[in-house]
Amino acid sequence: MESVGVEGVANEVRTDYESGKTRSLAWRRSQLKALQRLLYEEEEGMFTALKQDLGKHQAEAYRDEVGILIKSVNYALENLKKWMTPCRVPVPLLAFPTRGELVPEPLGVVLIFSSWNFPIGLSLEPLIGAIAAGNAIVLKPSELAPASSNFLAKSVPKYLDSMSVKVVRGGPDVGQKLLEQKWDKIFFTGSSRVARIVMAAAAKHLTPVAVELGGKSPAIFDSLSSARDRKVAVERIVGAKWVPCSGQVCIGVDYVLVEEQFAPILIDQLKATLEKFYPRFDCLSRIINEQHFQRLSNLIKDPSVAATIIHGGSLDSETLFIEPTILLDPPLDAEIMNEEIFGPLLPIITLKKIEDSIEFIRARPKPLVIYAFTKDEKLRSRITAETSSGSLTFNDTMIQFACDELPFGGVGGSGFGQYHGKFSFDMFSHTKAVLRRSFLLEFTFRYPPWDAWKLPFMRSVYHFDYVTLLLRLLGLKRG
Amino acid sequence: MENPAEEEAVGVGFDGARAAVLVAGLRRGFASGRTRSYEWRAAQLKGIVRMIDDKEAEIMAALHDDLAKPHMESYLHEISLAKAACTFALKEMKRWMKPEKVPTSITTFPSSAEIVSEPVGVVLVISAWNYPFLLSIDPVIGAIAAGNAVALKPSEVAPATSSLFATILPKYTDNSCVKVVEGSIPETTALLEQKWDKIFYTGNGKVGRIVMTAAAKHLTPVALELGGKCPVLVDSNVNVKVATKRIAVGKWGCNNGQACVAPDYILTTKSFAPTLVDAMKKTLEKFYGKDPLESPDLSRIVNAKHFRRLTSLLDDEKVSGTIVYGGQQDEKHLKIAPTLLLDVPHDSLIMKEEIFGPLLPIITFNEVEDCLDFINSKAKPLAAYLFTKDKRLEERFVKTVSAGGMLINDTALHLANPHLPFGGVGESGIGAYHGKFSFDSFSHKKAVLSRGFGGEAPARYPPYTPQKQKILRGLINGSIIALLLAILGWPRG
Repeated sequence: MESVGVEGVANEVRTDYESGKTRSLAWRRSQLKALQRLLYEEEEGMFTALKQDLGKHQAEAYRDEVGILIKSVNYALENLKKWMTPCRVPVPLLAFPTRGELVPEPLGVVLIFSSWNFPIGLSLEPLIGAIAAGNAIVLKPSELAPASSNFLAKSVPKYLDSMSVKVVRGGPDVGQKLLEQKWDKIFFTGSSRVARIVMAAAAKHLTPVAVELGGKSPAIFDSLSSARDRKVAVERIVGAKWVPCSGQVCIGVDYVLVEEQFAPILIDQLKATLEKFYPRFDCLSRIINEQHFQRLSNLIKDPSVAATIIHGGSLDSETLFIEPTILLDPPLDAEIMNEEIFGPLLPIITLKKIEDSIEFIRARPKPLVIYAFTKDEKLRSRITAETSSGSLTFNDTMIQFACDELPFGGVGGSGFGQYHGKFSFDMFSHTKAVLRRSFLLEFTFRYPPWDAWKLPFMRSVYHFDYVTLLLRLLGLKRG
Repeated sequence: MENPAEEEAVGVGFDGARAAVLVAGLRRGFASGRTRSYEWRAAQLKGIVRMIDDKEAEIMAALHDDLAKPHMESYLHEISLAKAACTFALKEMKRWMKPEKVPTSITTFPSSAEIVSEPVGVVLVISAWNYPFLLSIDPVIGAIAAGNAVALKPSEVAPATSSLFATILPKYTDNSCVKVVEGSIPETTALLEQKWDKIFYTGNGKVGRIVMTAAAKHLTPVALELGGKCPVLVDSNVNVKVATKRIAVGKWGCNNGQACVAPDYILTTKSFAPTLVDAMKKTLEKFYGKDPLESPDLSRIVNAKHFRRLTSLLDDEKVSGTIVYGGQQDEKHLKIAPTLLLDVPHDSLIMKEEIFGPLLPIITFNEVEDCLDFINSKAKPLAAYLFTKDKRLEERFVKTVSAGGMLINDTALHLANPHLPFGGVGESGIGAYHGKFSFDSFSHKKAVLSRGFGGEAPARYPPYTPQKQKILRGLINGSIIALLLAILGWPRG
């Protein structure tokens, strides 16, 4: 798209926003309902696009994208009026009669960049929040998922208000041109490298940003005595590695930490689970493109890393398929243990004691999520208090993403800004403080000239010392 | 052994290497875990309260040095607000620190969830010159309450207050985790090159952009408390005496207009303007006498640079010709008297930039409607004020004007209420603080979800049979009925 085209789109959306149309409850509701219809009626189209872009099975597409969006839009519709209602805040009695409240208002025109791994989910989830908050939106889906990008470009204008919600397709050059325009908020999901570019561009206009990044999200696997618990735990780990998009997921398990003595049990259970889930490999997504395929193969090319492969390891550059692969104690300074893997390779790192996992994690950048499988209350408390991550989930994986009551986002290296549920609404709103006073009750000691007698009055005021204040006002106390 | 506080406080030769050492020290302090306990946080806050009590006279003297700030203003607007922030945090902190339980849905049943507040880590606070005491200590109080280690860079444009901080803050707080760095652009640049977990900046938009650009290199979240042109819309149905007093105390009673929430300009109708101007003149004379330059109740302009900036706003004849009151200047003492201007040209510099001084333009329109349009044609300000008894106008104002905060029938007060978030929007800033908002601003809200090993749903996993897919749909949509039906094998086929 030409730069004039991008500028034109931005101007159009801004003019539309300034008409005030997107602020009404009616408009927001109509758009969310339209999104609901889109999600029901265009299901096949979404499955087809995701199959094309990532080889995603429709069950995966529903579980991880379509179904989640349906849940989110329903939740937003249910709560929209409540979220839009100003809330009263306490004011000191001294300020009587005064009314204080927090009034949420839209920020204005919002730019959303989404990533390629959940190209429909990660485009429409922030969109739901931005619409609920009353904004106009420009969405730029990732060009690395072209079928999904085209799907969105076609169906969003079909169902939603095409003057206020626009989809712009294109690559980095289009992204760059979009960043030159002035936005009221930018929401970015993707890599740290691009996030830096986005934030630097936003800084020129003082545009607030939210960046949803990734990192190396670990799973701490404590010893579990019950075989059934172990089975469930490992299924959940597999469910966070290969099951969603072949490991190309920001909240996936990047690597596992386990005590040396339990590693064999873990590995056996992993292999058994993989066999159960994948009798054939047609339920596995493929790698998004050649560039990422190369990146992943390079991670295991290093002989000192390749030597630690204990399961899988085969690659097919024709079909961009990489077999579920497990590594046992690859060198900690290898790239596979320093870069986010974002693929179907699972390193298992063994420790002398499971408590050492806390130090291990703390020595590294804060991840988007920490998973811990344990029944040990003491270990749980220590993990909660001593590690920092976007989210922390005990004894399961991935599922925190589906909780509308929990904020979703990173910290430190994994990003900043949180959304989902009401947090989405808040993220795309400005919470305006409004204080209303009347002309009754004037305290003349507020005003200059600052005669000496006024200071003691003010001290009483500031200490909320009503009794002394009253006495002073009545002239019964001086100095 | 050299006193580390003195070493950093000197500011001479404070380059990137020294800044890196400072940050490393703070990181070590934070990593030790000491800042996280309630006891540590409370001890620091109590130390700050003691500092404010013990050093009240010195603080007022420094503010007088830097700004000729009247003692009453120093007390009202800096000292007591700082102390109130500390005592409020001390009172509420235990509650703020407690994890917040949140409900969970069928989708994750059985599970329990909570939101745990944790410190972000090591924080940089860069403060401004106009309320140099408050705007330094207030964010530091928030950072400490949230359990962080913090470095404070007070403004060099208020050197007496800056050096007072460097001397007294280390005496009342834990040096290993609370540091003061004095200096100007080179020192600030050195600090901004480091990696922080949050940067809190108070000042102007130009430097705000520099701070955010530097933060972008490390993807550090920022809070920017900036300014803007805070408009006051005055309707004709008001108690004009009270209105002008409240406007005047918010303008000239706040550092002689050098305040981010000070009324920048007034809007009113052509018919009401004469009444308003008259009342304002009377109020000003009552507050500051016939010779305002002699009044001890007016701050001076902070320095020669800002003095020239303000006087040059009046250079334009089309602007100076509209002065209806005041205009007196004393360059030697950097004093400018409260000055009213009636109907300056809309495109003059005084109407384009934040004035930040004792000049108050009054712009008139035929209708109140036009006033609202005028406000909305400009960048979103930090605060917007309306004086009216008309409820409908009040509602329209709240609905259609966007600003950081708003007051109806008063000015500036909202920043003293710890239950209201204080911050800007658009050009006037990013983020908010005060009260719990300070605590939140310097915290990460970690989502913690706990499940057991029961309640397993094989429907989540491959191989994906049609049966599983039906159950999945039920599960995700939280529909018990759909779930049961699916488990029972309905709908078939």
